[in-house]
Amino acid sequence: MNGTVDTNKEVQKKNSLAWDTWKRLLKNKGAMFGLVFMVGLVLMAIFADFLYDYDTQVIAQNIQDRLIHPCMAHPFGTDEFGRDLLARIVHGSRMSLVVSFTSVAISLAVGGVLGAISGYFGGMIDDIIMRITDILLAIPMTLFAIVIVAALGPNTQNLALALAASSIPIFARLVRGSVITVRDVEYVEAARAIGANHFTIITKHILPNCMAPIIVQVTLRIATAIYNTAALSFLGMGVQAPAPEWGGLLAAGRSLIRDHSYLSVIPGLAIMLTVLALNLLGDGLRDALDPRLK
Amino acid sequence: MLKYITRRILAMIPVVIGITFIVFMIMKMAPGDPARMILGDNATPEAVEALREEMGLNDNYLVQYGRYMINLCKGDMGTSYKNNRPVVDEVMTRVPATFKLAFVSAIVSILIAIPLGVLAAVKQGTLFDNASMVVSLIGISMPAFWLALMLMLKFSLQLKWFPVQGANDGWRSYVLPAIAIGFMNMAAIARTTRSSMLETIRQDYIRTARSKGISEQEVISHHAFRNALIPTVTIVGVQLGGLLGGAVLTETVFAWPGLGRLMVEAVNARDVPTVLGCIVILSIGFSIVNLVVDLLYGLIDPRVRTMYH
Repeated sequence: MNGTVDTNKEVQKKNSLAWDTWKRLLKNKGAMFGLVFMVGLVLMAIFADFLYDYDTQVIAQNIQDRLIHPCMAHPFGTDEFGRDLLARIVHGSRMSLVVSFTSVAISLAVGGVLGAISGYFGGMIDDIIMRITDILLAIPMTLFAIVIVAALGPNTQNLALALAASSIPIFARLVRGSVITVRDVEYVEAARAIGANHFTIITKHILPNCMAPIIVQVTLRIATAIYNTAALSFLGMGVQAPAPEWGGLLAAGRSLIRDHSYLSVIPGLAIMLTVLALNLLGDGLRDALDPRLK
Repeated sequence: MLKYITRRILAMIPVVIGITFIVFMIMKMAPGDPARMILGDNATPEAVEALREEMGLNDNYLVQYGRYMINLCKGDMGTSYKNNRPVVDEVMTRVPATFKLAFVSAIVSILIAIPLGVLAAVKQGTLFDNASMVVSLIGISMPAFWLALMLMLKFSLQLKWFPVQGANDGWRSYVLPAIAIGFMNMAAIARTTRSSMLETIRQDYIRTARSKGISEQEVISHHAFRNALIPTVTIVGVQLGGLLGGAVLTETVFAWPGLGRLMVEAVNARDVPTVLGCIVILSIGFSIVNLVVDLLYGLIDPRVRTMYH
């Protein structure tokens, strides 16, 4: 058998697996809602500047328009500095998405490498890495993120770093577990027999076969990251004013909650809907990727 | 069993050492000089240097950490940079408030979630099932601090049923913070209970039990429930950790006199010893919860029990 035929077959098989998953996902109304919502949100974040100009509409204060309740001109009302809340929510999506996507990407990369090494080689390396993750998992995640931000100083970059660091152990555990289940199967043994090196075996043969749980976990971790971005900004430890971020908007609205409750209600709804969409998508992906569960 | 418990308690020691080490080293990266913070901006460099020496801040970090741990074993968590009081006093006065609140909301959420999950599974596909799962899905997506604010808006500010803030109003002070913290747990536990219950009632031995003519109620409560409870216990343990973390936010909203709020104040004031003290206590609390959860496995599942004999 020659190599090209082999890879073609592999590609075909992969495609059909992805296609099957997609077909199953299409049937899941909740997951579709989640997917459409997230695509919309990402597009909104990318094109935020076309919708509202950052300097004149999001940041600039406009005292004569302060605290207008939701109306035609300002569908979400205005805040105490006369800034349109809708404009700030739209631009705030950018912050939430960038911080959460970056932090999940970092923790997936670092945690994934550590987990793959741990699961593939086993032995002492595995013991050391797993004992460290045990310790890190014994600190409640939000608290750990707060400690890191406290040490590095409150700003957007450090927030992303803190969130990334706090979910590294989760990805390390997950990838390790998946790697162990496929480490000793026959095709890996075959690859080893034809002299493939460790790197090739891990990246070409093992990781592609552990993708399902990783994809699901990434979706759910992004939801958690959005939640924690908002939580830390709410405490004043994340994105700093005047930059808009949903948790920060909520914190700003808090002191005015008695008479201007829309300032606290709307940013919270934005956070909740996004987390909900990601949870639905994650659940849907889990069912679609593992048909045995149905 | 006793041997197992002892071993598990001993295994907590390296975890606590690890946590304190990691948090200690991270906090050492914090900018700003504690000695300068205590003395204020007008102090002479000589005075600052003298205090640094006295506080041991000029020593190697490892030496400082070793000293911290030795003192910790004697029940001394150092002195707060902010008000110069012993951290251990400050932390210990806050512990009861946090743990009482966490306990109340954990119990209430478990008592609601497990029956809800079991009923949803038994009545799979009905309106009740769908409605309770929609509520749970919203529950796991709703930020606890936002729910706290919304509850406060409706029930404290508008209806005036419960106090807005603080813990000075007996059981009435507990209602809103406990719901805010517990709702997400309830949702997560209910979802897990439902799915593990669904998995269990499809097993062969359940069919056998039914075919023997045992009543449906008996099958569910005796044969299925106990087996379905194992994943539920796991998620309860995970959720309780989140509950302690969520306390930080909810306590801030309700001005609850607990560890969470103390920690946020300490972080904002860069009061390293107090932050460290709060983390140590909360993490030990979390480890104890996990220990109890592991022991519960033994209680529920005789197979686990025999493993330690």
